[in-house]
Amino acid sequence: MKPKPAAGIITLCFLLCAASSVVFVAAYVLNWGSQVLGGTLAGGIGALAVGLLLWSSQLLPGGEFVETREPLPPPLPEQTAFVATAQRGGSSSPTIVRRTLVLGLFGLFAAAVVPLRSLIPSSSTVPQRALATTSWRGGGKRLMTPEGRLIRLGDVPVGTELTAFPEGEPDAYYATAVVVRVRPADIALLNPDFARYTVDGVIAFSKLCTHAGCPVGLYLQESRQLFCPCHQSVFDVLHAGQAIAGPASRPLPQLPLGVDDQGYLIALGDFRGQPGPTYWTSYWRPYRLGASQ
Amino acid sequence: MITRWLFRRLDDRVGLSTAGRSRLLNRVVPDHWSFMLGEIAVYSFVYLCLSGVFLSLFFDDSPGSTVYTGSFTAMRGEEVSSPYASVVRLSWDVRFGLVMRQSHHWAALIFLGAIVVHLLRVFFTGGFRKPRELNWMIGVTLVLLAMLNGFTGYDLPDDLLSDMGLNIVNAVLLAVPFIGTWLSFMLFGGEFLGHDIIRRLMAIHSIIAPALIAGLLLLHVALVVRQRHAQFPGPGRTDTNVVGVRLWPARLVRSLGLMALCFSLFLFLGGLVQIDPIWLWGDTVAGRTMGPSQPDWYMGWIDGALRLMPGWEPTLFGWRMPNMFLPAVVMPGLSFLVLFFWPFIERLFTKDRAAHQVLERPRDRPVRVGIGVMALTFYGLLLSAWALDVIGYYSGTPQFFLVDAWRYAVLVAPLVTGFIAFLLAKALRDSGAEAFIELTWSDLTGALRRASPPPEEVVPLPKEDVVAHVPVDAGPIP
Repeated sequence: MKPKPAAGIITLCFLLCAASSVVFVAAYVLNWGSQVLGGTLAGGIGALAVGLLLWSSQLLPGGEFVETREPLPPPLPEQTAFVATAQRGGSSSPTIVRRTLVLGLFGLFAAAVVPLRSLIPSSSTVPQRALATTSWRGGGKRLMTPEGRLIRLGDVPVGTELTAFPEGEPDAYYATAVVVRVRPADIALLNPDFARYTVDGVIAFSKLCTHAGCPVGLYLQESRQLFCPCHQSVFDVLHAGQAIAGPASRPLPQLPLGVDDQGYLIALGDFRGQPGPTYWTSYWRPYRLGASQ
Repeated sequence: MITRWLFRRLDDRVGLSTAGRSRLLNRVVPDHWSFMLGEIAVYSFVYLCLSGVFLSLFFDDSPGSTVYTGSFTAMRGEEVSSPYASVVRLSWDVRFGLVMRQSHHWAALIFLGAIVVHLLRVFFTGGFRKPRELNWMIGVTLVLLAMLNGFTGYDLPDDLLSDMGLNIVNAVLLAVPFIGTWLSFMLFGGEFLGHDIIRRLMAIHSIIAPALIAGLLLLHVALVVRQRHAQFPGPGRTDTNVVGVRLWPARLVRSLGLMALCFSLFLFLGGLVQIDPIWLWGDTVAGRTMGPSQPDWYMGWIDGALRLMPGWEPTLFGWRMPNMFLPAVVMPGLSFLVLFFWPFIERLFTKDRAAHQVLERPRDRPVRVGIGVMALTFYGLLLSAWALDVIGYYSGTPQFFLVDAWRYAVLVAPLVTGFIAFLLAKALRDSGAEAFIELTWSDLTGALRRASPPPEEVVPLPKEDVVAHVPVDAGPIP
């Protein structure tokens, strides 16, 4: 049989595959880096691929063939025979036996689902209630940066933004707060009910976007807006954290601020609204909106 | 020689000769390049399992933190979470580790892509019709499982970007009515973020989801083997035969070649194209975020919907509806329900209850083409909305102008493209043209006017005309 020219190319491909494998081992032993490792192995397997594809299309016999399909649905005699076989024993098994089996199995499956409750620690409260408060509750906790530093008024220059947690709790996600300081001229623009819980232009909100809970990381100080990077919600600092653009619809709840006798910022109580994403509940803590929002 | 030695011994014990020839070697299968799209998905899954085993030998899913002492100097000496440190160590200090990790991630992206393209092929050719409805439903379930597997996968390194994604998961779960808060607390083991999540994601990603995918995939392929693949219309092809090539040797070798091609692609991308460089943005610190931020592409349509949704939270019967409910729970839920039950939904309108072994050309069903293109446009625009912050940044366009433009586009564009696709399909079907460029203007206007293909009926002549005036062989009067 006269060898076809494709056979030569295919042979070369498989030889290339073998050669690449050797280079790959060398690259591994000599530590030539990820690009060479990936490239050589990819090249080797790629050469194998080309060889196989060429082999299949050029050398192996093709041709069109016809086969009959098995008839669907199966012919009636087969169906009858199947039903007869399957129903063997049906006449000696009364209905009550079968029905109670179903009942028993149903009970087992229902029971087997219950231990999924163990996924939540047994000591914790009902989720809805747990979400309704944070560890700021009760007031008096000092604010702490993620690095563990307590915050004085002087640490927050005008136009800056800090992340804050309750002292000693850097992992308390729902308690994450953002502290910004607005210009003295802006203080007069604040709603009195809102301004009561700020200190000399230092304002604190929950840092969690009320849309999906991403920390609202970007503070645009020219417009005094907090911007969320996830889905681009915008909150207006001067209007009590109201959501002015994007998919969020609840304002960022304010964290009432005070100063303790040593000059550190403290929280006077929990957030004045639900932090984080909205969830289905009718036990909604009323968010006290001021006269002007 | 070795194969003959081996084969004889196997044949003695397993009886390969009897089943092997008719069921495997000689089997005739329909042949078309588009029938190989599902194979790409299968080979991607195989690669994911193989590379995943390698990764699982290095991943540390324990909670808590450790001091990083590897060769990425910018992080040396810092206390980071243990899972994160293990992945950084795998990427920087384990030889071939970065290639395995990156090729694994690239294979996941291509896996989802191949699934979608395969789904589109089956959809537009009517391959889901009786008797293949069950296989379609298994396939749609596989799409969901693949998305779940991919998503849990890139959350495992516990880096800042993927933990922002977990934020969204928490919010989406909370937006599920009645059981939402329970779902969230069960997944995270309490309040978000907790300390159990990485370990749980590892169980889902490496055991639960792959086992389900493998099982359903086996069933999916077994059904194709049992029912035999459908075939495109053509000479000699009927509903009772299979016209194609024999499985062995050419078709099987071609398949193996495709598998090798896929593996080669994954390794090429894994070695030379960076993906998910988690050391650049670092570990999760509560309160820290980064922008721009995107999930992987197959989650993009949901993320885009979240960005486009206006800030509505109406109160229904005393319950405040979370903003994320419609775009993240209802929209995806309805989408998958419609997709899942599509064979039965279409049957409601076509009243076609016959079994089909011959596929349709897309143009044979202009309405389906229109609906399919409409859906593609809709989900495609949602997906593109996933990158609006990036588009805004690089083009300088104001962010909320883009958001508004996309909102209108998402509602209007699908209707336009769907209608155009419907017209084109109808024109192609009725005119008999093979390709788009062969269509004439009259074909298109005709498609607009006519409700169905022009009738080829013969109008009978009045008896008097035939006898008195018209020659016998003049044919029918048009």
